[in-house]
Amino acid sequence: MISFLIKRLLQSILVMLTVAIIAFALFRYVGDPINNMVGQDTTLEERAELRERLGLDDPFFVQFGRFVTNAVQGEFGISYQHRRPVSELIAERAPATLELSLLSAILAIAIGIPMGVYTAIHRDGWLSRAFMSLSLIGISLPTFLIGILLILLFGVILRWLPTFGRGEVVQLGWWSTGFLTWSGIKALIMPAITLALFQMTLIMRLVRAEMLEVLRTDFVKFGRARGLPDRYVHFKTALKNTMVPVITIIGLQLGAIIAFAIITETVFQWPGMGLMFIQAVREVDIPIMAAYLVMIALIFVIINLIVDMLYYVVDPRLRVDRAATGH
Amino acid sequence: MTLLTIKGMRVEFPSRRGHVTAVQDLTLDVAPGEILGVVGESGAGKSTIGNAIIGLLEPPGEMTAGEITLQGDRIDTLDEVKMRAVRGARIGMIFQDPLTSLDPLQTVETQLIDTIRENLGVSEREGSERAVALLDAVGIPDPAIRIKQYPHQFSGGMRQRVVIALALCGEPELIIADEPTTALDVSVQAQILDLMKGLCRDRNVGMILITHDMGVIAETADRVAVMYRGRVVETGTTEQIINHPTHEYTQSLISAVPPPGRRLARFPLVTYIEDAQERPEGLNLATHWLGQSRDYGAASDTLLEIEKLHMRFVTRGSIFPSKRLFLDAVKDVSLSIKSGEVFGLVGESGSGKSTIARMITGIYKPTSGSIRFAGQEITGLSRKDAAPLRRQMQMIFQDPFSSLNSRMRVKDIIAEPIHFHGLASSNAEAQKIVNDLLDVVGLGAQAAVKFPHEFSGGQRQRISIARALATRPRFLVCDEPTSALDVSIQAQVLNLLKDLQSELDLTMMFISHDLPVIRQMCDRVGVMRHGQLLEVSETESLFTNPQHEYTRHLLDLMPKFSGFGAQAAE
Repeated sequence: MISFLIKRLLQSILVMLTVAIIAFALFRYVGDPINNMVGQDTTLEERAELRERLGLDDPFFVQFGRFVTNAVQGEFGISYQHRRPVSELIAERAPATLELSLLSAILAIAIGIPMGVYTAIHRDGWLSRAFMSLSLIGISLPTFLIGILLILLFGVILRWLPTFGRGEVVQLGWWSTGFLTWSGIKALIMPAITLALFQMTLIMRLVRAEMLEVLRTDFVKFGRARGLPDRYVHFKTALKNTMVPVITIIGLQLGAIIAFAIITETVFQWPGMGLMFIQAVREVDIPIMAAYLVMIALIFVIINLIVDMLYYVVDPRLRVDRAATGH
Repeated sequence: MTLLTIKGMRVEFPSRRGHVTAVQDLTLDVAPGEILGVVGESGAGKSTIGNAIIGLLEPPGEMTAGEITLQGDRIDTLDEVKMRAVRGARIGMIFQDPLTSLDPLQTVETQLIDTIRENLGVSEREGSERAVALLDAVGIPDPAIRIKQYPHQFSGGMRQRVVIALALCGEPELIIADEPTTALDVSVQAQILDLMKGLCRDRNVGMILITHDMGVIAETADRVAVMYRGRVVETGTTEQIINHPTHEYTQSLISAVPPPGRRLARFPLVTYIEDAQERPEGLNLATHWLGQSRDYGAASDTLLEIEKLHMRFVTRGSIFPSKRLFLDAVKDVSLSIKSGEVFGLVGESGSGKSTIARMITGIYKPTSGSIRFAGQEITGLSRKDAAPLRRQMQMIFQDPFSSLNSRMRVKDIIAEPIHFHGLASSNAEAQKIVNDLLDVVGLGAQAAVKFPHEFSGGQRQRISIARALATRPRFLVCDEPTSALDVSIQAQVLNLLKDLQSELDLTMMFISHDLPVIRQMCDRVGVMRHGQLLEVSETESLFTNPQHEYTRHLLDLMPKFSGFGAQAAE
């Protein structure tokens, strides 16, 4: 178990280094950083001096080492566009994205899994068929279209919900939350649903497929044959076995929710990291792009580590050393 | 007094192409404490009976006629809720594969206690006491400790004991055992059968024992019902069915079981089966393409020589060498196979027989030791250098369902090795060879355009044989080629292999756990246990005068089924 974790940790570090190289290359080689920093009237001498002061003439590895050292400390330089440290900007924007992602993830899991289980158990029921048809819409319609349709219906026609922004937020230390005000919650509803819809349908279909597979296994049949009630067979036996493969996908999807909040944030003008990233792309604000890239990679890596550890909790076959078995 | 009575049962599976009748006019009864054997080949409807009794027919199957009564209570008309009270509490069921019958994510304790409590409604504490007592009763040592473990921590035989304990949780009056020992080794099989016999006697429980294995029936059952195509063709006491079968199907079924006591020239076929077929005469193999270019230079006496062959698998990797765990699947095995000989390897699962076959054919790389084929060392050869030698040795695998690519047509499956080794000058020639090969194995050229799923297990194994022959090999490795097949089909496939071996002068390594089959097929036999080769001797002397203690043990465990054929011959 411990050697496995160490192995995974080393792999994670490798992944992070790879992403760091890409981020660094972006920073260093897409356009000229000096050009992006200074005004047009800066003389060549001044530029050369700035170049030397920032260490841009140093060898590649020295520069990369410096980049990684700074990145580990959360330091990604100064945004060209905002003229403020990138870390500060991210800390400001992160709560918005994380709150939105969290709510979406909860929605996707809390609705997706029960729907998947229901459609697997009542395979031919009319409600299952309805769920399945609806899920097809969720899978096939692009996120931005769903967002725009929601805005049109609830924002423009019915005027129930705000069409953009986070509403009023409350500051808790450096964290700004929208959960504590009525307008903040109202503002969250549509973006969260938009963001959750795709993941929800994906999780539902995955759970359904896996569960149908498990319901066909011998141990489920044996459970029925020894008189265990359906409730027990479905939830205690089948569902637990279903979750083993489902956990991986859900883990990856959680990362995807945070990473792909970009589109939803753009549609709803949600002041999160995604929107900031899109603006950074438009303004060629390389430090922000590099920082965003590294951060998303970090989130994916951490989620994957957690998923690996969850396997041990769910599946006893991994927990026990094979040497200790009674063979 | 009878425990269970089935009258005129009929089970149908409606499909778009009309109803398939799996079971018809079935009438059976079981008395308390009695073991009724239901025997028949695959597709005879044996398992359907068990599922129908317990009300768990796979949809859309349904019982369309007849009635089932359990101690006077009609149970086939009960609704789902009442039926659930019958399952477990009045009828227990044991399935074939102990590896898949248990929930892998729950401890044995949880599974036992939950089942006991659902069925008997006792307290948590009493459930726990009963669970330990049950494990003890089915012969699991240290039940109080083992109960806390997960199914994967038990061996196959131990798991089947747990399955039996689970089936007994609700104190049923009747147990339906569906092929309970088919997935187990012979020695474990004997123990499990003993256990089941003892439990039926001690607890006065009736049992329906569903199996394809006449040996199991002979050892265990009090009475036997023989099934063929959904009907019971004959019922009687075990003694009567085995020694004096009256129905033609029973007679030929019994005669097709390889007799352990003597060697036959050919296996009698189950002639009652409509598609029982022998290879059509006509092709003279010696002059045909298959028999040509077989002059591999001066035929040395020894074709294959294995010396100190060792295979070690890492079962737990670690960066610290002291913490790594290994499994030595094959330990310093040395043997040699003469040209034209059929060499048998026998042993229980995990004894390393298949590992040796895989090292010879190059699927595994041996850890150490040497393999010489026709005088040439092959362990260190590169892929390219080995290709001409690999062409001369081919393998036939155990499972005919997973060893054929289901997305390729039969002609492409067989032509693939021909093209790979560049054995045909043109496509047309390859096609001709494929057609002839299909004739040789008794399938006929019309099989060429079909896909594997259109064939039965025995026919698929014939395709595997045709594919193996397509490179004109001189050495054939058969890894349990018939253990997935019914006895009647096994007889056909073994006859085919025997014919081909003698006509093409093939050298063969024949791996099996089935001693009677080994006796029929092999010239010399090696006995393996825990990766070691214990004994090698001529087949007849092995059976009549075994040297090693383990060999004697294996021979003792061999089902003492002498069979109708033997009776007739005396």
